[in-house]
Amino acid sequence: MPSRLSSLSRSILALALTAFAAAGASAQDLKSFEQKITTKVLPNGLTIVICERPEAPVFSFSTFIDAGDVNDPSGQSGLAHMFEHLAFKGNSEIGTKDYAAEKVALEKVEAANDAYEAEYLKPVGQDPQKLVALKKAFKDAEAEAHKYVIQNEFWEVAERNGGTGINAETGLDNTMYFWSMPENRLELWAWLESGRLSDVVPREFYKERDVVNEERRMRTDSNPIGRLVEQFLATAYVAHNYGRSGIGWPSEVSQITATEAMAFHKKYYVGSNVVVAVVGDVKASEAMPMLEKYFSKVPGGPKPEEMTTVEPKQFAEKTVAIREQTQPFYLEGYHRPDYRDPDDAVYDAIGDIMSNGRVSRLYRSLVRDQQIAAAAQGFSPFPGDKYPGLFAFYAVPLPGHTPQEMRDAIHKEIDKIKTADVSDEELSMYKTRARADLLRGLADNQGLANTLAEYQTRYGDWRELFRQLDKVDKVTKADIRRVAGKVFVASNRTESWIETEAPKAAAKSGGAE
Amino acid sequence: MNSPLKFSLLLAISAAALAPAALHAQSKPWEKIPTPPLHDFKPQQPKRIQLKNGIVLFLQEDHELPFVSGSILIPGGSRDEDPAKTGLVGLYGDTWRTSGTAKMDGDALDDLLEAKAAHIETEGGSDSTGISWDSLKGDSDQVFSLAMDLFFHPKFSPEKLQLAQQQAATGIVRRNDDEGEIAGREAAKLVYGPKSPYTRQPELATIGAVTIADLNAWHDRTVGGKLIVGVSGDFDAVAMEARLRAAFESLPPANPTPARHETFSEAKSGIWFINKEDVNQSNIQIVGLGTDRHNPDVPTLAIMNDILGGGFASRLIQKVRTELGLAYAVGGGYGFGYDHPATFRVDVLTKSPSTVEATRASLAEIAALPAKGFTQAELKRAKDNILNSFLFRYDSREKVLGERVRLEFYGYPADYLETYRAALEKVTLDDLNAAAKKYIHPDKLSVLVVGNGPEIKPGLEELNLGPVQPIDITIPQPAPPQK
Repeated sequence: MPSRLSSLSRSILALALTAFAAAGASAQDLKSFEQKITTKVLPNGLTIVICERPEAPVFSFSTFIDAGDVNDPSGQSGLAHMFEHLAFKGNSEIGTKDYAAEKVALEKVEAANDAYEAEYLKPVGQDPQKLVALKKAFKDAEAEAHKYVIQNEFWEVAERNGGTGINAETGLDNTMYFWSMPENRLELWAWLESGRLSDVVPREFYKERDVVNEERRMRTDSNPIGRLVEQFLATAYVAHNYGRSGIGWPSEVSQITATEAMAFHKKYYVGSNVVVAVVGDVKASEAMPMLEKYFSKVPGGPKPEEMTTVEPKQFAEKTVAIREQTQPFYLEGYHRPDYRDPDDAVYDAIGDIMSNGRVSRLYRSLVRDQQIAAAAQGFSPFPGDKYPGLFAFYAVPLPGHTPQEMRDAIHKEIDKIKTADVSDEELSMYKTRARADLLRGLADNQGLANTLAEYQTRYGDWRELFRQLDKVDKVTKADIRRVAGKVFVASNRTESWIETEAPKAAAKSGGAE
Repeated sequence: MNSPLKFSLLLAISAAALAPAALHAQSKPWEKIPTPPLHDFKPQQPKRIQLKNGIVLFLQEDHELPFVSGSILIPGGSRDEDPAKTGLVGLYGDTWRTSGTAKMDGDALDDLLEAKAAHIETEGGSDSTGISWDSLKGDSDQVFSLAMDLFFHPKFSPEKLQLAQQQAATGIVRRNDDEGEIAGREAAKLVYGPKSPYTRQPELATIGAVTIADLNAWHDRTVGGKLIVGVSGDFDAVAMEARLRAAFESLPPANPTPARHETFSEAKSGIWFINKEDVNQSNIQIVGLGTDRHNPDVPTLAIMNDILGGGFASRLIQKVRTELGLAYAVGGGYGFGYDHPATFRVDVLTKSPSTVEATRASLAEIAALPAKGFTQAELKRAKDNILNSFLFRYDSREKVLGERVRLEFYGYPADYLETYRAALEKVTLDDLNAAAKKYIHPDKLSVLVVGNGPEIKPGLEELNLGPVQPIDITIPQPAPPQK
């Protein structure tokens, strides 16, 4: 199957991780992790979590910012992601030949961009010649600033010192920076990481904006499923930013300014909004004082205010149909509550029973028995979990079958889960698999760092990772019916599909080749 | 909790850079940070046992988590299948597990395993097939027995073959939907030829021709080969060894893996184009023939790759992405396979109107390798990149086991990584310059562009790489079934 489908279902795997530790496994329970993990909140509000796992002389870190593209101001969609790219450009100490001179040059770049944009956005009376001149002035200013740049020096230092898996991800809910390194580079990493959190320079910003626009073309514009998902979310949501393009609408992401990115940093990259988790061959007693010294540089400041927008209750069933020359696909979604909802584990149970493996209901029904789909799954929450997301289902039709058949077959399975109890075997399978999946995730430094940072951020305590066990164990058959009956109703649904359009015969003719 | 809607900074990474050196007025505070000696570390090697019949066992104890996993690697894969039945090995890999055995069919196996959060899977690859299993420690005896039953007594089912054929058909009819998939596949064909065992593709007709008898014949033909069994996790090695011996010791002598007699030729120079009008970005592939790991120049080529397109400080990223802002995804290098030449490949994704500019910029970086050579600073940086991250090749017992199995499979010595590392350290600037001249032939590369023809302005003819040759990727349709 196309690999992009598996990325759609990745949330299921991640969700399964929302589980806990095996009761019988002595070395991997909460108590054993209490002994390995040290947590400290610095005076600036930043939280450091260290987990000692000296299996090999390496460590991984995860810097978790409680802000993502859902926080992009109106008209600036894609800003959080754009800032994430900027965070790899160095700061006043790294990536520059002469920061004092560069700073002046960068201010001129910003002024030149403002002048160009003011002319470009004029509703009437735009002067084409002036626009050309302003564009040239901007390019000249950019070239002048470029003279002071040591390109990708931040990367170079990280790579030369053994940095592996260097990357970052901006989601709608949060932004995460991560890599792994040999343990004797811990202090060097602390210098690099605390430096880019606390001291940002809008270096090469507009070139990087071009890069991000290429990323959009790759992930969304030039990918059939990418195009469908963007339209699907924009339709499912009327008020909340989950409906907005995460990577940014083309007109907005192509006009974000460095000033806007710096403002985003100032507001959201404050200590109280940051958790840094380190896992590996690290001794907390030695490392914590050193990390404290470096990460104290991150500015304090109030935790940014929470969003007031709440998606209103959906009362109109909606559909999105894309007709194009690609193969058919079906995707639908129902609004559900956020991760703090007492029924969060019930949604996980439904996702697992409907979708996980060859025993799942959707596989057995659509793929094995009816033989109408190559793959079919449900997953939640999508596209995020911090705010109320969707419970989504998708199916990939076999040749000759239509999205409408997928929809009807999925609805039949949904009706079953609403009207009849799941079996004891299904419920117990969910609980066993959730437990095993959590355990499997504990033997990987990077995965563990990401998970600890996320739980520390979302629950204020990494221990919740293990405590989820209780919630999973409490899920009952009646809970599943109750929640399914509440959420899977037509008025709460958005359906979307791709229908294959025949090639345009006329366009292909056109005489001799 | 992670949502799939995430945007990363880059697609894939490894490591390298252009030092703008000289005019560095700023101090470099990070250089003052001490790098203490690395903690002592001897990766635990698995225990290797060669049975009298030639089968090799690897046992890797790891008691961190209460799991046991294992696998059997079987020589022979899709590159060895009948071209008229291309796709057979893929169907075999799917059908083997879903069919199950005479004692327990695949559906019953699914129920039993999933209830224990355990897995047994089978797979068909290019040069091997295999079976793997994993479970919690408490279930490991039972899961091992089930895996052995499936290995020794499969019962291929016509219904499950049909299911696998339907799924494969879905993949075939969808293979032109994704631009990157088209580009990767068609670029490989330009290097190896469309009928090569490494590039020929399943068609509706070839997968339709596969029968249950074919699956049985393939199974019987391959399971007598030199098997490699690898087991890792929370077990007692003495007991596990006894278990594995009991299962495999009494088998007849393993058939030797036949030597391969394949010829590979350089790619043809020129430019090819595939039109896809629902995209706004071109996927450009610049490809040629690579080499294999027996080549003593591989350590030098690995360093050259790091400088060309490995990491963020590499020339391609520095120029095409960071300086020109033409691409999010750009990179590549000279590939080396274990038992056959891989490909040289540089790829770059750029908006339709900048296709020519990005192609030119990438070709210029390739041409500069033999023409301009390298600097000491680049060599030093590439070595730092590779050597300082080298331990991530063996920082878990699972990785150490995986590497040993791989080396055993392809017939490399067990100390290959150490030898390779020592050779990397010795690479000189002269080696690099000589390798670039020997291996990089800008006039022998194929350029493939997949993109939106009407939007590509200036057009590809501006590249002066000869006539633009269209590639037809229409999916062959077998005669419609009789109603």
